[in-house]
Amino acid sequence: MEKKATEAKDGKNKGTSRQQPQQKAKRAAASKSDAGQIVLISGNEACVEGALAAGLGFFAGYPITPATEISEVLSTRLPAVGGKFIQMEDEIASMAAIIGASIAGLKSMTATSGPGFSLMQENIGFGIIAEVPCVVVNVMRGGPSTGLPTNPAQGDVMQARWGRHGDQRIIVLCPNSVEECYTLTIKAFNFSEKYRTPVILLMDEIVGHMREKMTLPAEANIPVVNRVKPSVPPEWHIPYENTPTGVPPMAAFGDGYRYHITGLVHDQHGFPTQRQDEIKEFLTRLTTKIEKARRELIMVETEFIDDAKVAVLSYGSTSRSARRAVTMARKGGSKAGIVRLLTLWPFPVRAVQRLSEHVDAIIVPEMNQGQLVGEVERHACGRCSVVPLNRFDGAMIEPEEILHAILEVE
Amino acid sequence: MKIEKERIKIRIAGSGGQGVILASIILAEAAGIHDGRYVCQTQSYGPEARGGNCKAEVVISDSYIDYPKAKNLDILMCYNQASLDEYFMDLKETGTLIVNSDLCSQIPISTAYEIPMTSLAREKAGSLQAMNSLSLGALAEATGVVSKNAIKAAVLSRSPKGTEALNMKALEIGFLEGKKAVGRAKNRAPAKFSRLILMND
Repeated sequence: MEKKATEAKDGKNKGTSRQQPQQKAKRAAASKSDAGQIVLISGNEACVEGALAAGLGFFAGYPITPATEISEVLSTRLPAVGGKFIQMEDEIASMAAIIGASIAGLKSMTATSGPGFSLMQENIGFGIIAEVPCVVVNVMRGGPSTGLPTNPAQGDVMQARWGRHGDQRIIVLCPNSVEECYTLTIKAFNFSEKYRTPVILLMDEIVGHMREKMTLPAEANIPVVNRVKPSVPPEWHIPYENTPTGVPPMAAFGDGYRYHITGLVHDQHGFPTQRQDEIKEFLTRLTTKIEKARRELIMVETEFIDDAKVAVLSYGSTSRSARRAVTMARKGGSKAGIVRLLTLWPFPVRAVQRLSEHVDAIIVPEMNQGQLVGEVERHACGRCSVVPLNRFDGAMIEPEEILHAILEVE
Repeated sequence: MKIEKERIKIRIAGSGGQGVILASIILAEAAGIHDGRYVCQTQSYGPEARGGNCKAEVVISDSYIDYPKAKNLDILMCYNQASLDEYFMDLKETGTLIVNSDLCSQIPISTAYEIPMTSLAREKAGSLQAMNSLSLGALAEATGVVSKNAIKAAVLSRSPKGTEALNMKALEIGFLEGKKAVGRAKNRAPAKFSRLILMND
């Protein structure tokens, strides 16, 4: 059985040709040791397991509460499977390093919290325009600035979306349990590889530090996606070609394909352009490659929603309080339902539109002063009332607060 | 529909360094991995984890746990007086209190299970470091939230090499002393007006 599993894994890793056979063997051996084990781990540790299962090859970061455990665990686990771990001088350099590693052909990741995430924004923008796949984990804490290092918050929702200047689309995923930290990390890698773009995994302090049990699969329980490499000879390769999918194949530096990478708006060959037709075509492609993929990117979970009159729309750790509140409300005879967003951006527009047609009110609990609620309002378009429920005192929203809101709305 | 059954909320509290967090992890592993139930463990994460009042919580349930924090506690185990003072009011009316009577002099209810954990660990088990193993044994015996076999397996898998025998011995002492403490608590007449504030679940 185990032999079969490793064979299958090797088969899947074929795409990353830069991985030495030795590394592959090491990786397979390492994953075999804890395969199928039931473990009690924290969200941060699960994120590490997910990253390794997805084939992480390079991590650069600067430890910061509450994301420290990700760096800590990877500093030993990643070299053990043949990957590279670097503790950088700061988050600006961390982001730059993972972009460089990704261009060189490795799956790369960094992990940080609010203050570091602010520093990374400039280079995330570079990652978007240069179309470099990478994963940025932001374990949210209270802000702004140094803020509340050990307290939970969900204040970076809009920063994740609009932290960089200029028009752009970004993919942001938000787990609410330890197991989901694992699966969504793999998905984050998959999306970044498939759509050649940085993907942000937005965790929060509660999810990051909470320990739950989960079964570590022998290998990733979700098929791992690797970036498409050019199949044409180097002289034919057009690095930023407008392909039907909108995602051009990506050659690694050192594979023999020479091309230019820049943060300037560029033409199909990667060189700066000021031609209006090329500018518009390029920026449109960056947008549409994400927009076209909405169906795959958007993950929304609903429960008790069929006959619901009041819906509680939440994400991250808040959704766990929401679920408790709704089950309590249901016991009392209320018609309450749950909508949980696993994907925050691109925003699940259709889901909210449809929801707003069926319920009288949507309650949006958030551990901030009201960020995603604006988006919900915008797409509910007055078809139902949208009620914000905000808490920003460094504590988790209690189920009773949400229950109170449900009863008040009813 | 996944509605929680039998949600048991446990808090272990003490001074940072007493092994509060490790004890909670072992308890969660015993209930989750070895007893096969749903568990969720959370802990204080500030500088208090290195000194000062430190707490760690475990929620155990037979079904999916949504809200991960422990409020209105079923079981509170305190390793020192300061943590007992701070967290006693979070214990529910019918909850179980387990205290380290060596370091707790003012125990607010007569039904508490008083166990001199520090002295037992040092003198009977042979090392103060085995105190949290001992306390987990007492907790398992006195409350039954985890099976004895599960807690044994969990402690064993977390014991550093060379300390397995010490920890097993401490655990056995814990089982024994837990039973004794329950007996002692039963024999005491219940004090009146022991709690002034009543809280609803």
